[in-house]
Amino acid sequence: MGELSDYILRVTNLGVNLQNQVILENVSFKLRRGTTLAIVGPNGAGKSTLFRALLNLVPYTGKVEWEEQVRIGYVPQLVSVRDIPISVEEFLSYRDGADIGQALAAVRLEDKGVVDKTLGVLSGGELRRVLIAWAILDNPSVLLFDEPTSGVDVGSEESIFVMLNDLKEKKKITMLLITHDVHLVKEYTNQLLGLNKCITFFGDSKEIAEPALQQKIYGETVCLHETRE
Amino acid sequence: MNLQLDTLLFGLTVGASVGFAAGYLGSLMVIEKMALVGDALSHVALPGLALGYLLNFNPLIGGFVFLFVSAVLIWHLGRVTKLSFETLVGAAFTLALAVGILIFPNLEALEEALFGDIARVGLVEALAAVAISIVVVFLTRAIYKKIVLGLISEELATSKKIPIARLNLLYLLLVSLTVAIGIQITGTLLVGFLVITPAAAARTVSANLKRYFLLSAVFGVISSVAGILLSSYFDSTNLSVPPGPLVVLSGIVVFAVAIIVRWRKKLAQ
Repeated sequence: MGELSDYILRVTNLGVNLQNQVILENVSFKLRRGTTLAIVGPNGAGKSTLFRALLNLVPYTGKVEWEEQVRIGYVPQLVSVRDIPISVEEFLSYRDGADIGQALAAVRLEDKGVVDKTLGVLSGGELRRVLIAWAILDNPSVLLFDEPTSGVDVGSEESIFVMLNDLKEKKKITMLLITHDVHLVKEYTNQLLGLNKCITFFGDSKEIAEPALQQKIYGETVCLHETRE
Repeated sequence: MNLQLDTLLFGLTVGASVGFAAGYLGSLMVIEKMALVGDALSHVALPGLALGYLLNFNPLIGGFVFLFVSAVLIWHLGRVTKLSFETLVGAAFTLALAVGILIFPNLEALEEALFGDIARVGLVEALAAVAISIVVVFLTRAIYKKIVLGLISEELATSKKIPIARLNLLYLLLVSLTVAIGIQITGTLLVGFLVITPAAAARTVSANLKRYFLLSAVFGVISSVAGILLSSYFDSTNLSVPPGPLVVLSGIVVFAVAIIVRWRKKLAQ
């Protein structure tokens, strides 16, 4: 347990089978506090399932050990808000006594007059920011973010990452992000986990710029059974 | 036969209580896209009502027991088979309708069960309706934020340790209770209307949850009370029209007005 105190998360031999199909196998890695980890891989690689296992939302084999007292915030890729007449204020007041103004300020939405808007009429970028505001309401120590720029127009993608980076600096949040954007991985994360059912790469995010590594992550699968920092 | 004043007052009490509770509950059902589940579930009460008539006990108790047991069974089968509520309720309601019609002792009782009979509403039924409606509204209020969060994202809700499956069971039980007391006014055929239409009307003119839930409940009360008053008026002119169809017609007027209000608002923008 002494070693675990250096890390906020330690995953050992994680495996997930759903409907008799192997979704994840032999996934082992460790994450230091304050890291921003990008999880990349082709479609169907098990990235979202890895998050679900880390959140204990699916049955799994192996071990997922979070630091004691960890507070996890989660922003899913898909939300269904179109048919629900819920305002931003009502959504954020899910937790009684939450400081909505502070949460909106943290995601740079305080001056945009979104509080009274219905979630369904927000732009993709605004909705993502509101979801982040929801996730940070109870001061998480870890944020799991499935496709931070999903539904966000191309010009606004980077501003979401800049904002996340800012949040990380101010609130000392450890982040795990699933993303496809190579540029954003290189600029705004410091560790990279390539996934295709098993771990195909684990190391420095800067290496994502190497075409050979991109081929390895998104192309032919070579499984690593051990990872090092 | 003209309605006595006390019977009318009891009927209005039941109508207002059921209208409020059904409208409030129905608002969740409409955004869950389960409106027809509430409608179909109401028919499941029919065999229970028939047993009440056959074995000489209060048919509403039989109706509620059938609704309650069916709701639990449907919820459990949904979890085991992963079939949708719509599919399971669809199968259960047609079975219940068939069995109910086969075992009803006579046509008069069947008509009463299908379309309601305000003349049978007494003090006990009125007090029970008020008490049950209060419980239903308070419990719904306690769980609706969590259910709405589950509708936005089940993963988001589950990651916050919200037991969505258990809340859905409680919700189905609340629907069963509301439907059971509503049967007195509109009958099993039309009680689903009170769950669907007031909420649909409120949805068209609401931009936030608070207004939506409140308007759903208010529109439910207006539909029920107007229908019962109209039925009583026709009764006084010796035209016997059961309240159920008039509740539906009143609710449709409310729905039409809501659509016109929304349309005018859009034109003004």
